[in-house]
Amino acid sequence: MSVLEIRDLHVSVETDQGTKPILKGVDLTIRTGETHAIMGPNGSGKSTLAYTIAGHPKYSVESGSITLDGEDVLAMSVDERARAGLFLAMQYPVEIPGVTVTNFLRTAKTAIAGEAPPVRSWIKDVRGAMTDLRMDSTFAERNVNEGFSGGEKKRHEILQLELLKPTFAVLDETDSGLDVDALKIVSEGVNRAKENTGLGLLLITHYTRILRYIKPDFVHVFVAGKVAEQGGPELADRLEDEGYDRYLSDAPVA
Amino acid sequence: MTTAVPAGTPSQTLETTGQHGIRAHSDGAGAFVPVQTRSERFTSTDVSDFGDVTGREQSWKLTPIDKLGELISGDLDGSAYRVDADPVDGIAVTWADVAGVERGLAGIPEEKASANAWTQTEQVLRIDVTGEDKKRSLVRRSTLGTAPRAAHTVITAAPFSSGLVILDSAGQAKITENVEIVVGAGAQLTVVSVQGWDDDALHLAAHFARIGRDAKLTHVVVSLGGSVVRVNPSTHLAEEGGDIEALGLYFSDAGQHLEQQVYVNHDAPHTRSRVTYKGALQGEGARSVWIGDVLIGQKATATDSYEQNRNLVLTDGTRADSIPNLEIETGDIAGAGHASATGRFDDEQLFYLQARGISEEEARRLVVRGFLTEIVQQIPDSELQERLGAAIEAELAGTSLADEER
Repeated sequence: MSVLEIRDLHVSVETDQGTKPILKGVDLTIRTGETHAIMGPNGSGKSTLAYTIAGHPKYSVESGSITLDGEDVLAMSVDERARAGLFLAMQYPVEIPGVTVTNFLRTAKTAIAGEAPPVRSWIKDVRGAMTDLRMDSTFAERNVNEGFSGGEKKRHEILQLELLKPTFAVLDETDSGLDVDALKIVSEGVNRAKENTGLGLLLITHYTRILRYIKPDFVHVFVAGKVAEQGGPELADRLEDEGYDRYLSDAPVA
Repeated sequence: MTTAVPAGTPSQTLETTGQHGIRAHSDGAGAFVPVQTRSERFTSTDVSDFGDVTGREQSWKLTPIDKLGELISGDLDGSAYRVDADPVDGIAVTWADVAGVERGLAGIPEEKASANAWTQTEQVLRIDVTGEDKKRSLVRRSTLGTAPRAAHTVITAAPFSSGLVILDSAGQAKITENVEIVVGAGAQLTVVSVQGWDDDALHLAAHFARIGRDAKLTHVVVSLGGSVVRVNPSTHLAEEGGDIEALGLYFSDAGQHLEQQVYVNHDAPHTRSRVTYKGALQGEGARSVWIGDVLIGQKATATDSYEQNRNLVLTDGTRADSIPNLEIETGDIAGAGHASATGRFDDEQLFYLQARGISEEEARRLVVRGFLTEIVQQIPDSELQERLGAAIEAELAGTSLADEER
C-alpha cells in the first residue's frame, strides 16, 4: 500500500497585485484504493491543490510538505513526480500541434515505465482502452487535443490514466462541461482504472453529479484554502441539498 | 494574431486640396517616392541596369549584404557543375548552352544578385517534366566549391504532366542563381528546394514560377544549412484557375541568416494561393527573415489567398523578422488573409508533457518537432518526409535545448 500525505500545506501564487496566498494549511492523507472527493466553491483552492501536487511552476509552496511513501514530492521536478506514480487529469488540457496521440502515448509510457512498451501488447492495450472509452480509432492519428471537443479532451485524459497506470491520480474537475453520456463513459473509465490497479483517487469537483458514478470513501469540503469539514459520502448528499452557503457565511472575509 | 485586412495598400496619386482651400506646402513635393506596388518594381536581366546595393533597397534591407558583395556584383563562374540525378522516365535533366534556351518565361530579376547571375550564366540546367503519370526526380549538387558562381535552372512541366522535382543542395557553396518554373496548363508540379549546405555556404536564389491555366504548383523551400541562405520565390498566377501552395521550413542556428521573400501575384480570375512558412530559431545570432507579399490584381476576381508565417524562438539572442503584405486591387475576391506569429515555447505545453513523465528536454523536442512537422506532413513524398524528419532530428540533436548557453 502507498500513502500520499499532505501536511500543513501553504501555497501562494504570483499575480499582478503581488503574492496571493491560496492554500492556508491543508492536511490530507490518501491511501491506495481510497477515493477522496474534494469539493468546494469557486476560488477555494481546489485546483491549486491539484496543480501543486503535479508541480506546476506557477504555484509556490510557502511551507508544509507533500510526501509519497515518505519521499519528498516537492523536491521532485514535474516529470519525476509523474514517474514516481502521480497523475493529474487536467481540466483544460492544452493542444500540442504536430504530435499525434499515438506518438504522445508511446513517449509518455516509455518515460514512465523506463523502457519502450512491447509493440504488440501496447497496440492492443491502446486499442482496447480506446474502445472502452468509445473513442474512434482515427483519434489515435490526430494531434494531441487539437480540435478535440470538450468531451474528447476529458476522455483522452482518462485514456492516459488507464494506460499509464499511476499509483495516485488527481482528477481536476473532470466532470465539468460533460453531458450525462460522456460523464458516464468517463466515470466508467475511472472505475475501471481503480479496479485494475487499485490506485488512490483525489476527485476534485464543484458539483456532486460525478459522485453518483464514482463513489467516494471520504469527502472533504474546501473553503478559503483549508479543509472546512470532512466526512463520508453522506457529506456529499448534504452538499447536494444545501450547497456551500453554510460554509461561506461564516468564512472569514479574505 | 490573425487579420484579414490588407496590410499594404496600392499607391495613390490623388490631387487633393486641403481644408479651407489651403494647399500642402511644396517643400519635399519633388522628393523621391518609393515604389509601393509590388508589381511596379524595376526589373532587368542585365546587372549593369542596377545601381550599387546600399542595403536600403526594399529587397536588401534585412539581408547582411557585407558578406555578399562578390555575389551581388562580382565576377561569377557561369559554367555547368556536377549534378547527380537518377534517370527517370518523363523527367529529363540536361545542360544547354544559354544561347539556346529561352529564358524569362517565368520572371525577370528584381534585384542585382539575381541579375548578376542571369548576366553571367553560360550553361543552363534544364529539367523537363512530361507525361501524366506521377514520378519523382532527385536532382542533387554537392561539389560547388567556394569560388563564386552563377547558376540558372529552368524547370518546365508540359501541359497535363505530373511530377515531383527535388533540388537538393549540400556541401560548400558561394552561389547566386535563378530558378524558373514554367507550369503548363493543367499540370501538377511539386518543386522542393532543400538547402542542406555546409556551415559557411552563401546562397542567394530567386525562384520565378508561372502557373498556367488550371495548373497547380506546390513549391517547398527547406533551409537548414549555410551561413547566409536567401531563397525568394515569386509566383505569377497568370491564367485562370491557377493554384500555388507555397510551403517553407527553416531552422536557424547560432550565427545563421535564413531568409525568404515570398511573392504571389494573382493576375487572373479564380486563382488560389496558400503560403505557409514555419521556422525555429536557436542560439546567439540566429536570424530569420520572412517577407510575404501577396498582390491581387484588378483582373484577379474571385481569388482565394491566405499567407502565414510562424516562428518558434527556442533561446535568447535570436531575431525573427516576419512581414506580411497584402495588396488588393479588386473588390471581388473569395478570400484574402494573412497571419504572422513569433513566440517562445508555450510553458503550458511543456507542463502537460512533463506531467506525463516526459523529461523537459524530450518535451521541448516533441514541441519543436511537432511545430515543424506541420510543414513536413504536407510534402507529397514519403521518402522526403522521412529524410526531413531525420534532418530536423539532427538539428535538434545538435544542441542541448534545455541548456540555453550554447
